[in-house]
Amino acid sequence: MALSKVKGQLERVLDKNLQDLVRGIRNHKENESKYVAECLDEIKNELRQENVAVKAMAVNKLTYLQMCGYDISWAAFNVIEVMSSPKFTFKRIGYLAASLSFHDGTDVLMLTTNMIRKDLSSQGLYDAAVALNGLSCFITPDLARDLANDIMTLMTSTKPYLRKKAVLIMYKVFLQFPEALRPAFPRLKEKLEDADPGVQSAAVNVICELARKNPRNYLALAPLFFKLMTSSTNNWVLIKIIKLFGALTPLEPRLGKKLIEPLTNLIHSTSAMSLLYECINTVIAVLISVSTGIPNHTASIQLCVQKLRILIEDSDQNLKYLGLLAMSKILQTHPKSVQTHKDLILQCLDDKDESIRFRALDLLYGMVSKKNLMEIVKKLMVHMDKAEGTNYRDELLAKIIQICSQSNYQYVTNFEWYVSILVELTRMEGTRHGRLIAAQMLDVAIRVQAIRPFSIAQMAVLLENAHLLANNSQRNGICEVLYAAAWLCGEFPDHLTDPKSVLEAMLKPKITVLPGHIQSVYVQNAIKLYANIIKRAEGEGGLETVRDVGEMLQERLPIFIQSSDLEVQERACCMVQLVKYVLKLQDKGGEAAAGIAEEINALFAGELNPVAPKAQKKVPVPEGLDLDAWINEPPSESSEDDDEKVGGSIFVPTTHDDHRSFYSEPKKKVPELTEEEMQKMKHQRMADQEHNPNYLKPSKGNNKKSSTKEEANGVMEIDLSVPLHVPGFASSDKYMQLENEERRKRKSGKKKKRKKKGAAADSDEDDIPQAHQVSTVEELPEGAEAVSDKEDGGGDELYKKLDIDLDEPLKPGDMLPVPTHRIVSDHTLPEATEPEEGRKHRKKDRGSKKEKKKRKEDKTDKKKHKKKTKATPDEPSLMMEDHEEIDGDNTPLTSPRNTQPPTQVGEENGEKMNDLDFWLSGKDAATPSEPLHGAIMVSEVKVTPLQDLSSDEGAKPDKPDSSTHSKKKNKKEKKEKKEKKEKKSKKSRLRAEGYEETGGITTPSQEQVPPAQADTPVNVKPMSSYRLLAENATIKMTCETRVSPQRGDQVVLSVVFTNFTANIIKNLEFNVMDTLNTKLDRGMGHSNHDAVPVPFVLPPSVSNEGQFAFNVDSLSQPSKLRGTLTYMVKMDDGSTHEKLDFRLTLDCSSFIVAVPCKSTEFASLLGSGDLTEKGTIKCTPVDTNFDGALLRICFYNHFKVVEKVEDSASLYGRSIQGQHLCLLVKHAKGEVTVDGKSSDGSLLSNVLGEIKTVLTSEVL
Amino acid sequence: MIKAILVFNNHGKPRMSRFYQYYPEDMQQQIVRETFHLVSKRDDNVCNFLEGGTLIGGSDFKIIYRHYATLYFVFCVDSSESELGILDLIQVFVETLDKCFENVCELDLIFHVDKVHYILAELVMGGMVLETNMTEIITRIEEQNKLEKSEAGIAAAPARAMSAMKDMNIPQKIKDMKLPDLPSIGNLKF
Repeated sequence: MALSKVKGQLERVLDKNLQDLVRGIRNHKENESKYVAECLDEIKNELRQENVAVKAMAVNKLTYLQMCGYDISWAAFNVIEVMSSPKFTFKRIGYLAASLSFHDGTDVLMLTTNMIRKDLSSQGLYDAAVALNGLSCFITPDLARDLANDIMTLMTSTKPYLRKKAVLIMYKVFLQFPEALRPAFPRLKEKLEDADPGVQSAAVNVICELARKNPRNYLALAPLFFKLMTSSTNNWVLIKIIKLFGALTPLEPRLGKKLIEPLTNLIHSTSAMSLLYECINTVIAVLISVSTGIPNHTASIQLCVQKLRILIEDSDQNLKYLGLLAMSKILQTHPKSVQTHKDLILQCLDDKDESIRFRALDLLYGMVSKKNLMEIVKKLMVHMDKAEGTNYRDELLAKIIQICSQSNYQYVTNFEWYVSILVELTRMEGTRHGRLIAAQMLDVAIRVQAIRPFSIAQMAVLLENAHLLANNSQRNGICEVLYAAAWLCGEFPDHLTDPKSVLEAMLKPKITVLPGHIQSVYVQNAIKLYANIIKRAEGEGGLETVRDVGEMLQERLPIFIQSSDLEVQERACCMVQLVKYVLKLQDKGGEAAAGIAEEINALFAGELNPVAPKAQKKVPVPEGLDLDAWINEPPSESSEDDDEKVGGSIFVPTTHDDHRSFYSEPKKKVPELTEEEMQKMKHQRMADQEHNPNYLKPSKGNNKKSSTKEEANGVMEIDLSVPLHVPGFASSDKYMQLENEERRKRKSGKKKKRKKKGAAADSDEDDIPQAHQVSTVEELPEGAEAVSDKEDGGGDELYKKLDIDLDEPLKPGDMLPVPTHRIVSDHTLPEATEPEEGRKHRKKDRGSKKEKKKRKEDKTDKKKHKKKTKATPDEPSLMMEDHEEIDGDNTPLTSPRNTQPPTQVGEENGEKMNDLDFWLSGKDAATPSEPLHGAIMVSEVKVTPLQDLSSDEGAKPDKPDSSTHSKKKNKKEKKEKKEKKEKKSKKSRLRAEGYEETGGITTPSQEQVPPAQADTPVNVKPMSSYRLLAENATIKMTCETRVSPQRGDQVVLSVVFTNFTANIIKNLEFNVMDTLNTKLDRGMGHSNHDAVPVPFVLPPSVSNEGQFAFNVDSLSQPSKLRGTLTYMVKMDDGSTHEKLDFRLTLDCSSFIVAVPCKSTEFASLLGSGDLTEKGTIKCTPVDTNFDGALLRICFYNHFKVVEKVEDSASLYGRSIQGQHLCLLVKHAKGEVTVDGKSSDGSLLSNVLGEIKTVLTSEVL
Repeated sequence: MIKAILVFNNHGKPRMSRFYQYYPEDMQQQIVRETFHLVSKRDDNVCNFLEGGTLIGGSDFKIIYRHYATLYFVFCVDSSESELGILDLIQVFVETLDKCFENVCELDLIFHVDKVHYILAELVMGGMVLETNMTEIITRIEEQNKLEKSEAGIAAAPARAMSAMKDMNIPQKIKDMKLPDLPSIGNLKF
């Protein structure tokens, strides 16, 4: 047996592995497909073998072929076989292949559910991880539903690596199975404060993705994120959070106000460009959402614009690009501040980088005004001449049109200029935007009535020079403008000077090379012109010319009859008959001929207005018409296929030219309107126009005169100003000169005026008159007004499903489905007992609910509510194990099983909102103009409710306090200190309760949540008071140390500088003398004597915070450093250099991180024998209360309580380099004994010494 | 979210492709081709962001890429990702590859595309950034490699020997062998 195995192995040695395959493909470059086909045969052979190793190798090869574009879905089953191998090596190969090739439509996926479940609950760390990796790529709704519960379990795994992945994959689960969101959300929220930074970042990631699509539901998390933002040092997390805030602020302007301070601080202090950029982005979002109300909001804008300018001027193209991108966001709301940088942006148009040019173009869009439109367009035209690459040129063309036509031609003051620009644009070779130009021509000519004569004349010129444009007859090419030209000339022939020559131009044989839809317009409008010629002739009596024209038509139209385009053919036939008829009548002469003109013109009578874009949608459905009802019986399923083919050809018109739909729009009339209705509509429209302030009433007489005059002018002058091209085309340049002259005149006039008036407020923007008026009449169907303008945003269905209210308490239905049969047997036991227990819970819940109601009636204080919701463990409780946990006496509101009366739900919601309100208003009320203490204030807000819970007496006197002290803050510093002390003692009381609670509940089944996590003073930590570092009459420094668990060699010193003077302090430089062990991180390229500049200036009586990193080698000794702060005080009469010396002590406690530790882990750690060093101290603490003493140790020395039993407690802490520190604190007769164990003796003794100081000193 | 991660060389040959959204194989090839087309015509000193692949994405999506020697590393991301952040991530990815393969070059990616996938899986999962700390990433990868080795055990010995044999590629080795430069010979005067 064993022998045959070995033999099999040896044979397999000669099989081709992945490397061989790759090598083979590289060696067979000329006949790759043949070689691959051979290999595929081999692989198929190998997949048939029993040996898993062979299969795995085959699958591995398939993954490579998949990348090369070969379909490998046929091997799906074999992939699953390899996935199910117990060996990690093969499993990994299998999951990789699956993640690359499986998708929703892979039918064998349903076979994998149990296998994946087994892998997820596997003991091997990497088995589960690999399964999660794979699952994240091919998860389907079914898999998500069936596995949600298992992934939820993994979210509480003891291994951060798995927790991280489980948290992240939850997003995919939510997408596929939205029902999971509500039950899973509490746990997800919990992970935001996970001890492991990776898990935390994953949770932030997931919530940010969720919130991006449905931000409203996540507003309630804002305080939590705010806390994270002020405490986190991980730039990735910060960026995500800041981006999230950007999405949230539009919904809650107050949030923006709160954000602006910390964000501007970050902008000042951060050195990471990515963070800086995101901060600016979010500040912009804030400023957009709150355009008023922020005191220094122009300052913020200025700051942003100024920083962006630096980015744009940077030599790094990436920064330049991003700077422009962000600039365009500011532009939307604060165009003025961007317009000052016009020079810079125009300069970017010349950049060699296309992305940057496009961005700059985007900005131009917002920078135009009536004043500079001509100038900017001129510049763009120049660029267009120079630009190489049709792509960029097209973009420029589209941009010009967009700039000019934006908000209903708001900035176009002279439409003759605009029409000339459009005509000039037609000379652009090879553009794809012919249709766009044509649409503009139509739009302008139709809506700006005063310009018609001029634009018709231009169109006539275009038609006569059609041979220049018709050359490139490609789709959407420039020949499209002929469509507009022909139609306009036909529609408004009265403005033509010589309709006959135009008609001749339209019937040149060369026209037949044009696309069909243009030809048909030609034919149709030729007749319109004919009708007009007859009409004119009747007035003058020039019957001869009419006959000539008729004969010419008869001669030339037949070409069109032979057209291959149906539409052209049909129209041409009609027209030929019509002409014949007219000629016949004219031959008869006399009476018959007299009425001809009128009759023919009646064919084309009627004014045409553009149809409103949504007109079709707004046609009201007549009563009694059900559009969904079948007219005939639906066809039976079986015959569907045959029917479709036949039906398709019969009923569906062959849409070979889809442009129809586009072009027919302006001509479209609402069908079936009777005369009466039309009349009614017209009246209504008139009435509407009267009352509509947007409608510009035409004042024809005046304009017409001037424009006709200018028209003559325009036609004459062309040849002079435009060096080449077709004679007759108007040039746009002269309008610019004209405009400039006028402006000069106006300006001089205005100057005089201003002198009289004093400072005139507004810019001369409004003074520039618009030469022509744009009509805004649009055709709408009868009854349309009643229908509201509802957007039917076709948005992502996928994300809409995730729009779930998360604040609403869980309902009985909100549970993850628990599979009825599963491989893991752990869970089946509690499930069996579920019904009974569930009932019990409900009873208990009801009891406590009553109690709560009573309490609620007692106090109307918001804070109280807040605590209550806080106190209820928002546990997801999908599984019964969790349920038992919740079974505490204060749980009920969010417990999933109890049904709640709807009124209470509402109340609860209101409360949640109030929480947010409270948080948002908190800072405004407490510190109206204190820039710095953001973090501290938050923590205060957080702390107050805690007191409320602990004792009712405590809450009452405190309430007025917190509101009054905000007002008189600076006067009451001493009092404040006292208050703080009080708070501390209260807190400790509370905490004692907390411990008892958790201690009491601790049951074996609770393993998943470390007991310390529930209510220990994690929340208190940001309270951390800053120590005084040094102080003199001008400046004060207080500092705090921060460490991050990821960096074992770094301590960040956060120093708050406070300016006491009424002068600006600048050029702050921070320096310390490095010791062997501790060195200030000065950044690259600086010697160890250089000072670190503080990245801000201090305005009078303002505080700001700077951070300095220290690199530390060994942690076992405290570091004592001497340092100097130099700065410059800028006074009215010059400035003085000053310095302030200080001594900085980095004690050992500052290297310790409070890491949660379970009592079992703690015990095994003590028992492992690694902790060889011991130490003991004894002291009499100032806090006679044992809990107070514990709190101090936890707070100042960064320990975490593992377990507390009566008068003794075990504490755990870990240094950033991973040394464990275990303490046993005992309390007896007012004396505290601390026994410590650690792997590092000197660290331990130092820390113990520090603990002693902490416990015995009065004020810290 | 990251929609796709592509690695291809200066000629547009795919070296690794990872799509976090399903596309059929031929579509994937088209996307690679289109992206290559967009990216390859750009100079090295222009910015690393690109809008407008028509096949993948749409207005919300951006192509963020870096060019290293013979390889392009391209990430297609939506607006929830920070542009500069992704550039950093690409750097982390490449540095990790460099550490894992010891001076990574295109050949490493060609012959060990599976390993590249495993490394990538430690950085990005299902289109979301999983980990950016390089030491953490490398420890995880090394642990998995160890696990793989321990599973292979003695049985893999012959296979390894064989692949070592194949890897030797003696003719090429001889070709590649570098003789010490003897520049002075030409200058010798007799």
